[in-house]
Amino acid sequence: MHDHGGGGGHDAGHHHGTEHHHGGEVSQTQLLTAALESLLVEKGLLSSDTIDQLVERYEKDIGPMIGARVVARAWTDPAYKQRLLSDSASALAELGIHMDNLVVVENTPAVHNAVVCTLCSCYPWAVLGLPPTWYKEPAYRSRMVIEPRAVLREFGLELDESVEVRVWDSSAEQRYLVLPDRPAGTEGMTEAELARLVSRDSMIGVARAAAPAHAR
Amino acid sequence: MNGVHDMGGMHGFGPVRREEGASPFHASWGGRVFAMMTALTRGRHTFNLDEMRRAVESIPPAEYLASVYYALRLAALRILMVEKGLVTASEIDAMLHKFGQEPGRVPRAARRDDPALAAGILAEIERLPQRPREAAGPRFRLGDRVVARNQHVQGHTRLPRYVRGKEGVIHRVHGVYDFPDTKAHGRGNHPAPVYSVRFAARDLWGDTAPPRDGVYIDLWENYLDPA
Repeated sequence: MHDHGGGGGHDAGHHHGTEHHHGGEVSQTQLLTAALESLLVEKGLLSSDTIDQLVERYEKDIGPMIGARVVARAWTDPAYKQRLLSDSASALAELGIHMDNLVVVENTPAVHNAVVCTLCSCYPWAVLGLPPTWYKEPAYRSRMVIEPRAVLREFGLELDESVEVRVWDSSAEQRYLVLPDRPAGTEGMTEAELARLVSRDSMIGVARAAAPAHAR
Repeated sequence: MNGVHDMGGMHGFGPVRREEGASPFHASWGGRVFAMMTALTRGRHTFNLDEMRRAVESIPPAEYLASVYYALRLAALRILMVEKGLVTASEIDAMLHKFGQEPGRVPRAARRDDPALAAGILAEIERLPQRPREAAGPRFRLGDRVVARNQHVQGHTRLPRYVRGKEGVIHRVHGVYDFPDTKAHGRGNHPAPVYSVRFAARDLWGDTAPPRDGVYIDLWENYLDPA
């Protein structure tokens, strides 16, 4: 019953490129990917351009810059922030983002939120794009619920004992986005400038938003 | 299913490895896998995400742990394409054999474009999914104390081991969603209320956990009893 070999084992432990364009060994994974794609395309169930366009969208168009816009708006417009926290679907729609299952949780000096999916890799794609590799791997998924402070320390985020840590395990269809605390020294910055301080990791809750001098 | 995918609270996986490649897709085959899976689930509804997760969870534990994310999705894609009758196992074997004839060459999938099909699938993916109509009103209210059932179902479930038998508090009522335990196995959608339930870190992990920390997890009503 487990005749789905070739899907996995070959790439054990290799978390970087496994492609061999210039001779060398071709993985079973590459063979199976090409075989399934060929069958779907030959049978007319999918087309090559469908696959090309989906890859391109998630490589280029959909990414954390979308979530960063939402955060920057919430930082500059208190009424918008309230709408975002209480009814995210309509607040997101105001910015042209169509997503009806997002819960936004707010970091404050007293409360720190972070997001995980222990059972698989649920992630708010529409606002953050594709998840980073570490989000999908066992170390993060297993440890984030039992020792979040130790995991956050590995990300360089040391939290005071007085801060309450809330970990959100996305086990159903809701997706979670952390609204990071607005950094000091950002008064008077425009929304576009603020958005550049908002990293993907700060919206997962494993980092703070960058201080102004560190913005890229 | 008490599978290795249910990782919350496990030890031994070491530090989080934060290094990342330039592409979010691990390698270019990963992007093809992602696109095929997305097109067949959210684009064509050939199978649903609960079935996809169930197929991933059926991969033997050692292989699961040794495989990168997109390799697990690829294995699930193969299982579901056969299960749903899109292809036969022997068609896959024949295609693998054909590509295997040129060792050392990166296989190139057959190429056939269909702009109308692509546009239709992308538009469908954009569309917000239809939510089930309200079922019976939620049984629990904010602040209610509940206990997660100590149950060990053989099939797909979204009730992780680390909360089973533990007591928590209803934090938020999310609305009504299809029930994955049945939907993953073609046994109907059976929509039911979903709640965010707060579990105190100390109730989950013992007295060494920080006193005010908590884990919030989304649970279907069918997983909960009044405390």
